Amino acid sequence: MIDLDDSHKSLLDEITASSGIDFSSCLHCKTCANGCPFLEGMDYPPNGVIRLIQFGMEEEALKSSTIWVCVGCNTCSSSCPMAIDIPAIMDILRHKAIEKGVKIAEPDILNFHTEVLNTVKKYGRTHKLEIMMRYKLKTMDLLSDMGMGLKMLKKRKLDLTPSKIQDKKAIGKIFKKK
Amino acid sequence: MEKSLKRNDNTDQLERMKFSFFPGCSLKASGHENTLSLLKFCDKVNVDLIELEDWNCCGSSSAHSIDHMVSQNLPMRNISLAPKGIPLMIACPSCLIRMKSMYLKIKKDKNLQKEYEALWQKPFDDELEIIHFFEIFDRISLKDYIYDPKGKLKNIKVAPYYGCMLSMPPELRLEKNYYGVMEKTLSKLGADMISYGYGARCCGTYLSAAKPKLAEKVVNEIVSKAMEAGAECLVTSCAMCHLNLEIRCTLKNPIPVLHFSELLSMALGVQDQKKWFPRHIVDPVPLLQKRGLLT
Ligand code: SF4
Ligand code: SF4
Repeated sequence: MIDLDDSHKSLLDEITASSGIDFSSCLHCKTCANGCPFLEGMDYPPNGVIRLIQFGMEEEALKSSTIWVCVGCNTCSSSCPMAIDIPAIMDILRHKAIEKGVKIAEPDILNFHTEVLNTVKKYGRTHKLEIMMRYKLKTMDLLSDMGMGLKMLKKRKLDLTPSKIQDKKAIGKIFKKK
Repeated sequence: MEKSLKRNDNTDQLERMKFSFFPGCSLKASGHENTLSLLKFCDKVNVDLIELEDWNCCGSSSAHSIDHMVSQNLPMRNISLAPKGIPLMIACPSCLIRMKSMYLKIKKDKNLQKEYEALWQKPFDDELEIIHFFEIFDRISLKDYIYDPKGKLKNIKVAPYYGCMLSMPPELRLEKNYYGVMEKTLSKLGADMISYGYGARCCGTYLSAAKPKLAEKVVNEIVSKAMEAGAECLVTSCAMCHLNLEIRCTLKNPIPVLHFSELLSMALGVQDQKKWFPRHIVDPVPLLQKRGLLT
């Protein structure tokens, strides 16, 4: 256990409060980092992000690519000896990063999530083809992976028309800001 | 009835079970062959599935990543649509996790229950059972439906792939664990189950779209480890994993990836393969013919 003086505690307290987890119990044993399939796409290992928060380095944590590259696969949390819910920490940090308007380290990933939610807002369900096309337009990366898209269309893995829900009012309720 | 397909005589007397069914976007769209074979299988084993009326997306990875409130409301509405008195079955592991964790969260939290009831104008059903497709095997016995189960998938070498979504997040750790179900079921049908150590490795999920190189690496690792261990095919229980394992694999001659539901249906004598296999990128037909599972 690492005790730091109180000036470092604001983000730590906030995350502890919203996740209900005392992640200051992290041993830095790096089990999470060793098992993470996407470590090489991250600037800090998962426990490194925890370390940043313990040190009160809020900005570094919120600007890290790790919080975006983490897919929440729970490989780490299911082997963490302290049962720390690492993906939950990443979720909270992503929300904070958006809320505070810091520079997002992986804008493509955020774009992707936004496009997914846009189709859900429109149809109540996701529509893969539209997500892919809008995502490609936004990232101005129209040509890479074209072959893949065509292959998926040919194998009918991308439906041309979206599947929609009937109750449009329900979508309004789901997305209504409090 | 053809001899090899003959089922035990008493199947018609077995009671039919009824579940409500949440397909989710992956199964509904890109995984048609998964849905088709799953429906066939359930029908064969006397399970009636009633699609949850007007269901919506569970929120998937994107909602909880960027919008906490939406990530709660999406599964909540689905829960409010579930008919009382019958279990709600989900086949997509990701949808299962979203829906089940939300359900348990509401169950534990009186304030959330009030919010739920105010929003969806329905009392919260604290007896709703949310189950994964795998839990069918707790409720039926394949032996009741197949004569000589051992002969059905004889000698095909199968590497089971669960993906990460069945490795439960901390809040579901006390819930049912599903590892081993595919091994247990398929080996009873005669398949040779290969262990290769990568069966629970994450497939890359949406990084497949946003960071294809990262997904490619994990996918190639999974498929090549299965091949090195001697597998002739992979079998998955998640439509999204299936898609990634197929589209992000850049190995030279990768083995085919089958849906668990496809193998199960075949073992029960379903002849609908023509609707499923053209949708696969790596054609499983030559292997299945070689093993005598298809003519
Ligand atoms: S596995 Fe758990 S205790 Fe170990 S470094 Fe990672 S978060 Fe900390
Ligand atoms: S949940 Fe995130 S940090 Fe943990 S292993 Fe998966 S990708 Fe890595």
